[in-house]
Amino acid sequence: MNDSLKHLPQVGDVIAEREKVEAGFRDLHPPLTQRQAIIESQRCLYCHDAPCIEACPSDIDIPRFIREISEDNINGAAQTILEENILGGSCARVCPTEILCEQHCVRNHHAECQPVLIGRLQRYAIDHMHFAQHPFVRSADSGRHVAVVGAGPAGLSCAHRLATHGHRVTLYEARHKPGGLNEYGIARYKLVDDYAQKEIDFLLAIGGIEIRYGQRLGDNLDLDTLERHHDAVFLGLGLGDNRRLGLDDENAPGVATPGLLPATDYIRELRQSDDLLQLPLARRCVVIGAGNTAVDMAVQMARLGAEAVTLVYRRGVEAMAATAHEQEIARANGVRILTWARPEQVLLDHTGRLAGMRFERTELRDGNLAGTGETFEIGADAVFSAIGQCFDDHSLAEAGELARELGRIRVDGHFRTTRQGVYAGGDCIAPGEDLTVQAVQHGKLAAEAIHQDLMAQQEVA
Amino acid sequence: MKAPTRQLDVDLAIEFAGIRSPNPFWLASAPPTDKAYNVERAFAAGWGGVVWKTLGEDPPAVNVSSRYSAHFGHNRDVLGFNNIELITDRPLETNLREISEVKQRWPDRALIVSLMVPCVEESWRAILPRVEATGADGIELNLGCPHGMPERGMGAAVGQNPDLIEQVTRWCKTHSRLPVIVKLTPNITDIRAASRAAKLGGADAVSLINTVNSITSVDLDRMIARPIVGHQSTHGGYCGAAVKPIALNMVAEIARDPQSAGLPICGIGGISSWQDAAEFVALGAGAVQVCTAAMLHGFRIVEELQDGLARWMVSKGYRRLADVTGRAVDNTTDWKHLDMNFQTIAHIDQQQCIQCGRCYIACEDTSHQSIAKLAEEDGTRRYEIIEAACVGCNLCQITCPVEGCISMVPQSTGKPFMSWDEDPRNPFRELA
Ligand SMILES: Cc1cc2nc3c(=O)[nH]c(=O)nc-3n(C[C@H](O)[C@H](O)[C@H](O)COP(=O)(O)OP(=O)(O)OC[C@H]3O[C@@H](n4cnc5c(N)ncnc54)[C@H](O)[C@@H]3O)c2cc1C
Ligand SMILES: Cc1cc2nc3c(=O)[nH]c(=O)nc-3n(C[C@H](O)[C@H](O)[C@H](O)COP(=O)(O)O)c2cc1C
Ligand code: SF4
Ligand code: SF4
Ligand code: SF4
Repeated sequence: MNDSLKHLPQVGDVIAEREKVEAGFRDLHPPLTQRQAIIESQRCLYCHDAPCIEACPSDIDIPRFIREISEDNINGAAQTILEENILGGSCARVCPTEILCEQHCVRNHHAECQPVLIGRLQRYAIDHMHFAQHPFVRSADSGRHVAVVGAGPAGLSCAHRLATHGHRVTLYEARHKPGGLNEYGIARYKLVDDYAQKEIDFLLAIGGIEIRYGQRLGDNLDLDTLERHHDAVFLGLGLGDNRRLGLDDENAPGVATPGLLPATDYIRELRQSDDLLQLPLARRCVVIGAGNTAVDMAVQMARLGAEAVTLVYRRGVEAMAATAHEQEIARANGVRILTWARPEQVLLDHTGRLAGMRFERTELRDGNLAGTGETFEIGADAVFSAIGQCFDDHSLAEAGELARELGRIRVDGHFRTTRQGVYAGGDCIAPGEDLTVQAVQHGKLAAEAIHQDLMAQQEVA
Repeated sequence: MKAPTRQLDVDLAIEFAGIRSPNPFWLASAPPTDKAYNVERAFAAGWGGVVWKTLGEDPPAVNVSSRYSAHFGHNRDVLGFNNIELITDRPLETNLREISEVKQRWPDRALIVSLMVPCVEESWRAILPRVEATGADGIELNLGCPHGMPERGMGAAVGQNPDLIEQVTRWCKTHSRLPVIVKLTPNITDIRAASRAAKLGGADAVSLINTVNSITSVDLDRMIARPIVGHQSTHGGYCGAAVKPIALNMVAEIARDPQSAGLPICGIGGISSWQDAAEFVALGAGAVQVCTAAMLHGFRIVEELQDGLARWMVSKGYRRLADVTGRAVDNTTDWKHLDMNFQTIAHIDQQQCIQCGRCYIACEDTSHQSIAKLAEEDGTRRYEIIEAACVGCNLCQITCPVEGCISMVPQSTGKPFMSWDEDPRNPFRELA
């Protein structure tokens, strides 16, 4: 990315007050104080067969942990959360609760119109737990050794659950840090203070999990070798590639148009930055897309100090994947949301750098999206595309017999791929919802399936 | 400056046991009525009367430090309040002087003096003329303090013994012309024994309840009950909202006791809203006293108490408190006189239901399995009463978080009124 934006000024060149910039990247929602947590926990009705539980992708017993908070049993509450969701701390921060647990809280009904703040209570419990001993124990060593590829939420969750069952786990991770998108993708103000790494330290404290970095499947690692050395393999590869806009002048591999890049590239840099003031700043920028990634990109650029941030989407607001809550955050940060327009052409200045983009207005014609022929231009120092990530087939280039579905890995109800002994979960599988909590759940359930299958083999043998 | 408002067409003034008061709200004998400073602030705020903090013989009582504790709800709302204080810790002379000064300055307010002296006639004969000389309107006998004083043969030690109640009351009637209100302790098996004794002794009225023996909580780190004095604790007297149901029952027991007929009752215990006060009055009280609510919120609550009561009375067409006093007494009876043929059944208003499932699990686990949980097509759920199984216990209505969502609907059974005495299922019917 550096290359693509190195002609731009740095944040520090434009914004003098460091504090102002840094303040924009602290907790989006400040944590609840003890008193707030107690009051909020009292609002929970302790529903029977609670609808919120059904809506949590990771099956957390929500009324139970909230009641434990209200009874000042914080460790009990934390354990209730962690036994279903070992990354409950980051999920509490990043889950779009407004479309998950909180959307289904019965307190939304007309009588109150305000759900219990489940996510923030979950964070309270995890942030305030103090265990004298690690709350999870490993069963006796099973003698089995499982390979987990990808140390994102799916892989980590799978590794942890396998470890509890006594299996040895080696995590193969392409990058040099664990966490996946928790480390490299989630908006900076959602996971502050290096939380992803702290949470992983806690997770690994169970023991029996070894991580090897710089190990990229399809590169310096292949599936056959993994299968030979392990009793089972779990793939938690995430989505390594970005969808392209499909325009002339868009970056062909290796040929970058200065100023045009995928939003995730910039976000990764932002997440890793030690000094926000050294990041390149696009004073006028355009973000193309309608999902949470697009919103994250737009909001973060606005908080860095950009003067004009425009988010452009080819359909109407109601069709945007970003939740209403996320859209509200975008507007509150001064992001202009422009709908019914699609990119037509990248505009370059005489030096070949990006100068803006031409859009064509769109409309629905007989239910199909169509251009109206009317165009307009927006001047910009950078254009970030955020129209979706996709599975990077390069990882499995040599594993041809692994079936795909909708461009991702196909699995059955037990997260088994079409290759015996190889399982997959998280964003890289077909029915993925592309949520952290979903990835955690997949990893957990896949680990249970692997455990069952390994135990069944043992019985046969 | 507030705009002048229309006067409500209702008269809250009362005459209780011969004592006049501009409204029925009195402060109970306790810290709020400890000295002239507090009492004058209370009168300025609008209280109709006060019962001065209990006087005793000199030397005055001595209190420990750390005196109160509470039973909290989860949001730190004080459900119940507990104290280990004794009677006044100021010299008798000081109290008497202040009482006469205050009475002179506030002649229209009721000023009653609470007393507790040793259980010998001489002690009472000595103190009563001095109280009378202050110009006070009446005396209240504190026969109910459950802590500290009983260990010295006073307070509840007297109040738990009907013979002593009668005896002390008679001494007071003999040696004083002031109206005598006997304050009863709830720490007794049958409250009627105490009120009957007071009546026999010639009491002009009873007031109840004094505090209930209590321990509110235990510090589980230090293993000491609360309130903590050094490294120890002792039981105290319980009051505040949590004791209201106990007090209401005792007031009703006396109100419908033929042997106490005509004895005026001053209701005390957990009164914090006008509704609480109205309920005491409905069950037979002619005046009420408040302590804890004032201690928690200050004297200003008397404004809401008066205004709420007055507006409610107007809405019901009551002109005076006496019109309300005892209205609910006749409808309070013994279990055996209830209608065995009455049938009520729960009804869920589906419009209001928020599908929390609390009614379902309560009935399913602990009552009569009379609520069905149905899955709707859209994945939501629906709860329905199985009317044939519902016994009308009210449990679901009580646990439902939405007020008004579950109603109990009386059924027309077509059967006549039938008491347990008349019920063929009663094995002792013949005897009855
Ligand atoms: C910008 C952005 C913002 C998001 N915000 C939210 C949010 O707010 N809330 C939310 O719930 N979800 C959010 N998501 C989605 C969420 O981050 C993902 O659903 C989740 O991280 C998926 O976890 P995963 O383990 O499947 O994949 P990832 O997190 O992508 O982890 C995959 C891991 O595998 C490694 N890997 C990949 N290929 C190989 C290989 N060939 N060999 C070895 N290792 C490999 C990667 O380096 C990575 O560590 C966001 C996503 C993005 C892109
Ligand atoms: C701190 C405290 C001290 C009290 N002292 C006395 C007392 O000296 N004499 C007395 O008759 N009752 C005393 N009481 C009892 C109250 O007068 C009253 O009967 C009781 O608190 C119930 O009313 P409530 O629920 O409104 O507080 C005391 C109560 C409290 C809380
Ligand atoms: S994990 Fe996410 S969806 Fe589940 S309860 Fe927690 S915040 Fe809600
Ligand atoms: S739905 Fe809401 S009120 Fe009910 S248990 Fe869940 S959080 Fe509590
Ligand atoms: S308790 Fe009330 S709100 Fe809850 S399901 Fe039952 S009827 Fe509905």
